[in-house]
Amino acid sequence: MAADKLSTRHLLGIKDINRNDIELIFETADNFKEVINRPIKKVPSLRDITIANIFFENSTRTKLSFELAEKRLSADVVNFAASSSSVSKGETLIDTVNNILSMKVDMVVMRHPYAGAGQFLSRHVKAQIVNAGDGAHEHPTQALLDAFSIRQKLGDVAGKKVVIVGDILHSRVAISNILCLQRLGAEVMVCGPTTLIPKHIHQLGVKVEHNLLKALNWCDVANMLRIQLERQDIKYFPSLREYAMMYGLNKQILDNLDKEIVVMHPGPINRGVEITSDVADSKQSIILEQVENGVAVRMAVLYLLASQG
Amino acid sequence: MQKKTIFDGQKIQITIKRLCRQLIENHDDFANTVLIGIQPRGIFLADRIQSELQSILKNKKILKGNLDITFFRDDFRRKDGLVTASSNSIDFIIEGKKVILIDDVLWTGRTIRAAMDALLAYGRPEKVELLVLIDRRFSRHLPIEPNYIGLQVDSLDSQHVKVSWADEGAEDKVILLSEKQ
Repeated sequence: MAADKLSTRHLLGIKDINRNDIELIFETADNFKEVINRPIKKVPSLRDITIANIFFENSTRTKLSFELAEKRLSADVVNFAASSSSVSKGETLIDTVNNILSMKVDMVVMRHPYAGAGQFLSRHVKAQIVNAGDGAHEHPTQALLDAFSIRQKLGDVAGKKVVIVGDILHSRVAISNILCLQRLGAEVMVCGPTTLIPKHIHQLGVKVEHNLLKALNWCDVANMLRIQLERQDIKYFPSLREYAMMYGLNKQILDNLDKEIVVMHPGPINRGVEITSDVADSKQSIILEQVENGVAVRMAVLYLLASQG
Repeated sequence: MQKKTIFDGQKIQITIKRLCRQLIENHDDFANTVLIGIQPRGIFLADRIQSELQSILKNKKILKGNLDITFFRDDFRRKDGLVTASSNSIDFIIEGKKVILIDDVLWTGRTIRAAMDALLAYGRPEKVELLVLIDRRFSRHLPIEPNYIGLQVDSLDSQHVKVSWADEGAEDKVILLSEKQ
């Protein structure tokens, strides 16, 4: 039995929440998963709450998923994209958010290119903050939905072996995933070219492997991250083609493993780079389940945070 | 805390039998009627009603589901603490059916208001009726009255009525709890 409330008022990162919080979120998400599969996919819980989705960075899936989660909880939703706003006229982050809050907004879902933007904001404004990705720091809801999807597919997260493959250096998904999976008792390994593995990552208690085949033979679940070319200001590997040959997962590799592993990807997929099309569409892939679970997990997070607003 | 048993064992069993006969009187062979127990405490009574009906109407299948109302409550963010949700399990179509909502205790009526909202998320029933074991009369906050009543009880707002069931490892019993003066 999980606790009956979250230990935090904001969701800024997995670092700030404990195992009880995660289990409470999962149990609540189970209920919401049932809700979103009904003929009428909506509950009135957050009908007196207004949520602003403030995205200073591009996003399709996360933004859509948050917006659907908010709407299925009957919250009022305002969307704000930095590119079409006064931010481009030089307004500061606190001013931007305070202006939005003075229109009586209760909760802010924010994505920002700088690490710690959510932390900073939570100290300066009254609203509750949900971090939807801050730079290369954390992306807590993605980690929660990934762990929730593993729990759904394999029954439990504890004791499972998960390898995160690819661009660990620039990935907020990797950091949040490592923390979340470890909190739940899984073993985590990271795998990728030396240039894309942070130097001190072993201090988080993860295994490091540079050979994809060895990593895949060790794991129960492989989470294939996207190569984030937009964050790479220098060349970290000679070419995408070479990366794909060394670290790309194809059907042949998958079929030659001794066991059947689960393949995940946080999206958007670069088909033919991290994974090939036949792997992405294979029955071992749970990529689309991840997307479905994303809405349920985000509903749970918003609902639980709102209950202590 | 003072405890007073107001209803137990044999009496509860007799009452459940009477409620079932009343249901059959109005719903005939249950061809178009379903039972919905309200989570978390109404499901025990719903189970009992279902098995009693089943033993009377031997050849008919009595459909029963469980409905959780947590996300439809009107006190979310207005009271301390979080109410943890329970599961929904309604594996039949509600649309066009006569629905008997079942709960153990009817007090303010707010749970039933939420249950009617929650129910409508599954479709439009032809008719909705309410069956309760205990009706704490004269304490309603909303204009809601039960169609089938096990026992009517007069109680103070400060008192609490608790129903326990043999199916959850206790015994069939209704107790009235009051703060010591």
